[in-house]
Amino acid sequence: MTTVTKEPDDSGEGAFLSVRDLHVSFTTEDGVVRAVSGLSFDLERGRTLGIVGESGSGKSVTNLTILGLHNPMFTTIDGEIVLDGQELITARESELEKLRGNKVAMIFQDPLTALSPYYTVGRQIAEPFMKHTGASKKAAWQRAVEMLGKVGIPNPKERAKEYPHQFSGGMRQRAMIAMALVCDPDLLIADEPTTALDVTVQAQILDLLKDLQQEFGSAIIFITHDLGVIADVADDIMVMYAGGAVERGTVHDVLRSPQHPYTWGLLNSMPRLDSDLGAALTPIPGTPPSLLNPPSGCRFHPRCAFQGEVGGARCVDELPLLPPGRGGACHLTAEQKQTIFVEQIKPRLR
Amino acid sequence: MLRFLVRRTLGAVVILFLLSVVTFLLFFGMPRDPALLICGKTCTPANIENIHHVLGLDKSIPEQYLTFLHNIVLGSDSFDQGPCPAPCFGYSYHTNEAVWPTLMDRLPTTVSLTLGAAVVFLVAGLATGLLAAWKRGSLIDKTVTAGSMVISSMQIYFLGPLALALLVYQSHLFEKPAYHNLTSDPVSWFSGLLIPWVVLSTIFAAQYTRMARSSMIEQLQEEHVRTARAKGMSRRYVFFRYAWRGSLIPVVTIFGIDLGSLLGGAIITETTFGLPGIGQLAVQSVFFSDLPLLLGVMLFAATMILLFNIIVDTCYAFIDPRVRLS
Repeated sequence: MTTVTKEPDDSGEGAFLSVRDLHVSFTTEDGVVRAVSGLSFDLERGRTLGIVGESGSGKSVTNLTILGLHNPMFTTIDGEIVLDGQELITARESELEKLRGNKVAMIFQDPLTALSPYYTVGRQIAEPFMKHTGASKKAAWQRAVEMLGKVGIPNPKERAKEYPHQFSGGMRQRAMIAMALVCDPDLLIADEPTTALDVTVQAQILDLLKDLQQEFGSAIIFITHDLGVIADVADDIMVMYAGGAVERGTVHDVLRSPQHPYTWGLLNSMPRLDSDLGAALTPIPGTPPSLLNPPSGCRFHPRCAFQGEVGGARCVDELPLLPPGRGGACHLTAEQKQTIFVEQIKPRLR
Repeated sequence: MLRFLVRRTLGAVVILFLLSVVTFLLFFGMPRDPALLICGKTCTPANIENIHHVLGLDKSIPEQYLTFLHNIVLGSDSFDQGPCPAPCFGYSYHTNEAVWPTLMDRLPTTVSLTLGAAVVFLVAGLATGLLAAWKRGSLIDKTVTAGSMVISSMQIYFLGPLALALLVYQSHLFEKPAYHNLTSDPVSWFSGLLIPWVVLSTIFAAQYTRMARSSMIEQLQEEHVRTARAKGMSRRYVFFRYAWRGSLIPVVTIFGIDLGSLLGGAIITETTFGLPGIGQLAVQSVFFSDLPLLLGVMLFAATMILLFNIIVDTCYAFIDPRVRLS
């Protein structure tokens, strides 16, 4: 199988996190689901990478794989994940345990279900600190209180003794962030951290993450399906579709001059504050492909309106490559993309 | 917490009251006249009328029911057999013995049988269930799952006689089931209950294995369990601290129901092994249309179930802080 994003020239050496030609598949009763196929990307310290894509595009799976949190019984992984010089796919469970919550931390989408209902918030924050730093119970508790204060929870000393269900949604996510940052991680993976929150709370949480990144200098992988959120927090964007990256670049480049028909579709389907009330949104036609039996050639071709421009059956037969650095994985030539974007897409985006 | 307990207790009393009404009425719906049983073969209508009068059966049903309630709460001196202090369920039609003392006399057998078995089946069931969940998908898991499936579909009236035949009557490895007083003869107490314990707890343990395994596997897929793994806690720690806690809720629920209903009379087990417990008493009372005994056993069993329901709900509060604080 050809890989989408193999970058023979770019070894990714020196990058803080380097993912190379990652393949993840699950064995299910219906067959093998290729959740991620041939994904490569790099991330530098102190930068934020936004990963955008629909549900099932492989964005969450990729990140669970980095921490080894997939179910080993049903999952097959190929490729390379190197974090700060350490290979993670072949790493032993005990080594991964030392990384988790310590060097790499995660924030999950729904803070209600992601925090244990059975233990106090303080205990849940103190636990990884005790485990990774060997701190005493008392010191860890103090650290937990300190972290709760840092993420903007008023009266942290008292709130630490409370249970997650006594917190509001936004507070829970703040507690979750406190838990993730308690060991000062180098890499923070935030998996749709604001999706379950109100818009105003969402903005607060995003601001908080930005402030904390300044303070802690962590690299952040920010997973979302909301381009608006990405525009707000990320430095770079990677757009994923059907288990592979279809476009990447800096936030500015990708949002100003997107290079892939799928990214166009995403931008097009975003509701605008200034559009007419009642005006229909523009969805991408079709549905995301089944990863049990993904489409041949370009994964996006069954839903793509611009196949005709490419000519022949290239889109159906041949998987387009994603160039290293800035670019989109599409058979359209640079000129064609430019013309289509300027003439057909941009006017609709306003 | 106190308010909760008071509320639940009052609720239980109401349920008991309703239950006593229903049982009482059901009995009068029965086609058999208890007087006929007492009267025997040489029965004249005059005899029957006399018995009806002695038992109070010639009064109206509400009147009889009120007397019944009155006796439970305050006791009664109007029985020919002698004084009957509260809680008075009267005297058995069949044996002429006072119902409440009979129940209390049978209780140690049922309690010994039930509690002994319960400790074993709870511990054994949880241990194998957790082991299977820990080793999910392995040969151990498959063996445990298949084994518990087979055993839990067996019944006491199959496994019981089988154990008796093989272990007692053929090989003489174990003593014949019987009840001996715990305080006066603890060794006989133990050896006499050993076979019933083994049989009862084998079948229950298999059910608890299945339950513990499935509820553990469900918990392990919870997001907060994944969070705990993501922050670097070891698999063992997450298993026993995070997942186990949640998996206890269904186990405690069923354990409460099982314990309550077994204490109200392990009918099949006691009958199979001929143990003179409350379950045996229940069967007797039905056979002989023995109204006072039947009502006594019914209300006692219902009280046990309601009591354990309250205990279970109290346990939830210890397991889950969301229950505690709401």
